[in-house]
Amino acid sequence: MTEPADVTAIPEDKEPRRIKLSDIPWWAVIIGVLGVYVIYSVATSQAYLDVLAFVMVGVKLTLETTAVAFSLALVLGLLGGLGRVSKNPVLYAISTLYVEIIRGLPMLVIILYMGFVVGPWIRDATGFNPPMLYRAIAGLGFGYGAYLTEVYRAGIQSIHRGQMEAARSLGMNYFQSMRYVVLPQAFRIILPPLVNDLSALLKDTSLISVIALSDLLQRGRLYASRTFRAFEPYNTVALLYLAMTLTLSSLSRLLERRMRVGE
Amino acid sequence: MENNPIIQIRDVHKRFGHVRAVCGVTMDVATAEVVVIIGPSGSGKSTLLRCINRLETPTSGTIIVDGFDVTDPKTNINVVRAEVGMVFQLFNLFPHLTALGNIVLAQKVVRKRKKDEAEAIAMEQLRKVGIPEKAHAYPGQLSGGQQQRVAIARALAMQPKIMMFDEPTSALDPEMIKEVLDVMLELAAEGMTMVVVSHEMGFVKAAADRVVLMDHGVVIEETTPELLFTAPKHERTKLFLSKILH
Repeated sequence: MTEPADVTAIPEDKEPRRIKLSDIPWWAVIIGVLGVYVIYSVATSQAYLDVLAFVMVGVKLTLETTAVAFSLALVLGLLGGLGRVSKNPVLYAISTLYVEIIRGLPMLVIILYMGFVVGPWIRDATGFNPPMLYRAIAGLGFGYGAYLTEVYRAGIQSIHRGQMEAARSLGMNYFQSMRYVVLPQAFRIILPPLVNDLSALLKDTSLISVIALSDLLQRGRLYASRTFRAFEPYNTVALLYLAMTLTLSSLSRLLERRMRVGE
Repeated sequence: MENNPIIQIRDVHKRFGHVRAVCGVTMDVATAEVVVIIGPSGSGKSTLLRCINRLETPTSGTIIVDGFDVTDPKTNINVVRAEVGMVFQLFNLFPHLTALGNIVLAQKVVRKRKKDEAEAIAMEQLRKVGIPEKAHAYPGQLSGGQQQRVAIARALAMQPKIMMFDEPTSALDPEMIKEVLDVMLELAAEGMTMVVVSHEMGFVKAAADRVVLMDHGVVIEETTPELLFTAPKHERTKLFLSKILH
């Protein structure tokens, strides 16, 4: 039997590549130049170094809040997404209700609600008084869980029905088929929107300053009110947020490239 | 040796909304028999096939497969499906896994085989379909014919009692049809029980024990390959044959 030609063997491009002006990612170059300039000016200015030392505690809290809240949202989103594609009317109704209600509320309202309504309610009902940070994380996680529910749903629905059918006809049950066949493929597709929401969540952690938690923004505001200077602290806060979100987006680009194996 | 037919279909109906896809089909398949279902598109042949492993739930009627009533909601359908291999028109390989990974997955998850054992069986099946060298290739790197052969190997690795083929060559380029049919012919010769939806008359002539012609959801004619070509009983059978035998 003659084998058809190996389709993977694509003839290599022998022509030397000429770099065109439009090939250069100018946006990255500009960020790089500005970054060097900013780091230089901060490192040589006592005023900035003072701010930086003061807000670093806030950076730590912001990152921790982001990590825990996003983990929570990933789990809630997965459960919600499975509910949204479920044929079980109860699971479908619960997950749809969750998404519709939470998506219709501003994140600030959800955080205040968790902080001053749900928190005290739990305290009175169980005797356990959840710290403000827990309440804030619960609010963010719950809110983003609703957004991620829709991301997971779209990802699962983008996988061809034949994949589930093939898995089921091999004798795997619904959850095995989801776990080994549908979700791994859906995950690749939803990776960019997931990182997008992670960035959004990181920025939204600035809202927890309204329930008196000293995150990055709160530390910056505190510094500004103590020194009656706005310029350095808000510059620093903005740049630190930017540094974190830019790190995330370049990380996602790396991840996407690595996950493209085998396509 | 079992006396009862391994598949017993009794008065099966399947409706999709207002569309009646299958209207009262009764049919048996014996162990080691090769049955080919032919018929124009929309005649309900694929739907009937998909009812056998409950990818579609019949609206009414009973289907007994290997002693299990698959139309009974209490039957654990996963147990039945593990014994009924299915090959699809569009292959439906798992694109995130290699050919080997595709064949190993259900063996581990459903048959609870150890990794080494599952891989050994997978390689054996890949050799059988003629592409052991593609074990570590991803589906996207394989031709259509190679993908379909991996799909057959994936089903065979479960060591099923029945193999079902839903238009296995319809999505293939002409030069790749033969490599898939050769594998199917070999299976038929080994005594596998096969239910095949296909218009490949070469396969019908060479391997079918029985041919079933369906149209508008009902069985028009059940006959042997010899009689199908030499003495078709019904007008619709003649009409259909005249259309596909150019």
